[in-house]
Amino acid sequence: MKNALIATFALFATPLAAQDTEADLGQPLPEGGEVETIESEGLTGSVSFEGNLDDLGIAIPGFATDADVATPANSRGTAALGKELARVITADLRNNGLFKPTGPDALPQPSFAQISSPAWATWSNRGAEMLVHGYVRARSDNRLTVGCYLYDMALQSELVREGWVVQPADWRRAAHKCADLVYSRLTGESPFFDSRIAYIAETGPKDNRTKRLAIMDSDGANHRFVTTGRSTALTPRYSPDYSKLSYLSYVDGNPRIYVYDIGTGRQTLVTQNSNPTFAPRWSPDGRWILYSMAVNGNTDIYRVPATGGESRRLTDAAGVDIGGSYSPDGSRIVFESDRSGGQQCYVMNADGSNQRRISFSGGRCATPEWSPRGDQIAFTNASSFNIAVMTPSGGNVRTLTNGWQDEAPSWAPNGRIIQFFRTERNSGKTSLWQVDLTGQNLRELPTPVDASDPSWGPILP
Amino acid sequence: MNIRVATAVMLVSSVALAACQKKAPEELPPPPAATAAPATSTAAPLGATVGTQQHFVDAVGQSNTVVYFDTDRYNIDSEDSSKLQRQAQYFAQNPSVSFTVEGHADERGTREYNLALGERRANAAKNYLVSVGIPANRIRTVSYGKERPVALGSNESAWAQNRRAATVVIN
Repeated sequence: MKNALIATFALFATPLAAQDTEADLGQPLPEGGEVETIESEGLTGSVSFEGNLDDLGIAIPGFATDADVATPANSRGTAALGKELARVITADLRNNGLFKPTGPDALPQPSFAQISSPAWATWSNRGAEMLVHGYVRARSDNRLTVGCYLYDMALQSELVREGWVVQPADWRRAAHKCADLVYSRLTGESPFFDSRIAYIAETGPKDNRTKRLAIMDSDGANHRFVTTGRSTALTPRYSPDYSKLSYLSYVDGNPRIYVYDIGTGRQTLVTQNSNPTFAPRWSPDGRWILYSMAVNGNTDIYRVPATGGESRRLTDAAGVDIGGSYSPDGSRIVFESDRSGGQQCYVMNADGSNQRRISFSGGRCATPEWSPRGDQIAFTNASSFNIAVMTPSGGNVRTLTNGWQDEAPSWAPNGRIIQFFRTERNSGKTSLWQVDLTGQNLRELPTPVDASDPSWGPILP
Repeated sequence: MNIRVATAVMLVSSVALAACQKKAPEELPPPPAATAAPATSTAAPLGATVGTQQHFVDAVGQSNTVVYFDTDRYNIDSEDSSKLQRQAQYFAQNPSVSFTVEGHADERGTREYNLALGERRANAAKNYLVSVGIPANRIRTVSYGKERPVALGSNESAWAQNRRAATVVIN
């Protein structure tokens, strides 16, 4: 009895903060392999199609193989894998809303030899303006070579081609790279499919939600939970090179920002300090992390080298200064402050100088995020709870969504699509959504469970 | 024993009445429960031990453990201050007890801002307690932002209940 009492006391006496701050981490994440680009040929010819892109028919038959062999990517062989590659590309281009692709399940299968010299007659009567061909080959070093070709049917000519060597586990990346190649060639925009999203997976009732850090590819595939859910995790951000994730965790009982190293599976506090820290953000070059820290209830924005070291305080206004998003060139930061009363958006130089308010269009301005293209800032209108965009000087405000509560915009790597999360009235259920910069093509991104706080990383290295 | 309970009931009622004079109550006072007799000891009549949440609740009354805020605000109004004074009385009488003030926000705010707002509310309550003599080193604050609502609806009355700073004795 006495021993039991002592044991109980010891349990209570152990401060939560002293427990392992990695207690909430799940299985280590696999590190992605490298993708080697081959066969890249510059642009050839010009696109003949001159209508709306969303009327553009693209035929995407299965990728051919020279020898059908089983690989770790697909035990049924490289021919089956070739069909899967074409399905992933078709889904990418269809979900983007810009094109009308037809996938391999509705098309004849070209032979390996036809990939570089298409059987035009086979495709010309199918109403497709564009033709995507590709091949997949198992290499002797166990990696895969995937080639991707885009042909203009009217001109009967090749528009672009590229090839990649990938680890079998990364086969979907080759498909995303092909989708990016097609998308970029046809729209003139930068690629975005070959990227990942970090977010918070939510389960359980509204008053007792489990919130776990999770990651997935840009199309929702390769979904993984990073934390176990024992502690609440919030607001993740990928480092620009995808080697780390910064996020908020209550693992020691307090809201604190941690930097999780995917390679080592270890995590450290963003700053050795007993104050609560919120809202982690990376600089575009990955050298700095912004975080917000509350001291006696007053929250300011700080900057710390990503490798650790001394923090520098960037704001000192009374009130809540929080968040922060770098301009693509790293010279300026847009952030949120309630120094004027309600939440509004401000811009400052990267060293904290020259702070000035940019939002004056009515409504509260929250969670500003600078577009990777630099010309737009997305934000949450925290009065109407919609996602909106404006220029970096606060002009040209356009509201893009109208859910009951939409918040936390995050840009696609090419600055053409904004991802955010939507909360349902009463139930509190959350989901991830995407919308074009134009306000078109609103769609829900399917996730295994409820989802919030999406953070879209850049194009994978 | 019965006399002591009766005295306690009267004390709780008078505190509740004092609060009512300044502002209409958002909810009825709690049913009379046993409470610590201020002049005597740290032992609660119903047997909860010092250093537990139950002992604290028994002593001050459940409704006095939580203060509420207007949208986006964190100021301590007169109703809040009478609750916090009651809490301070308890913590002065039980100097061995350390405790936590949890700051919360309603769901109608962005996540990160609400974390900062909850922190500000927890600190407002803490600062009041310090100003009436409770040592700061006995008070921990933590913000849960909008992550831990007590009222689950999406309406004004639910949001009003969730904009709060709750004092809890964690053991």
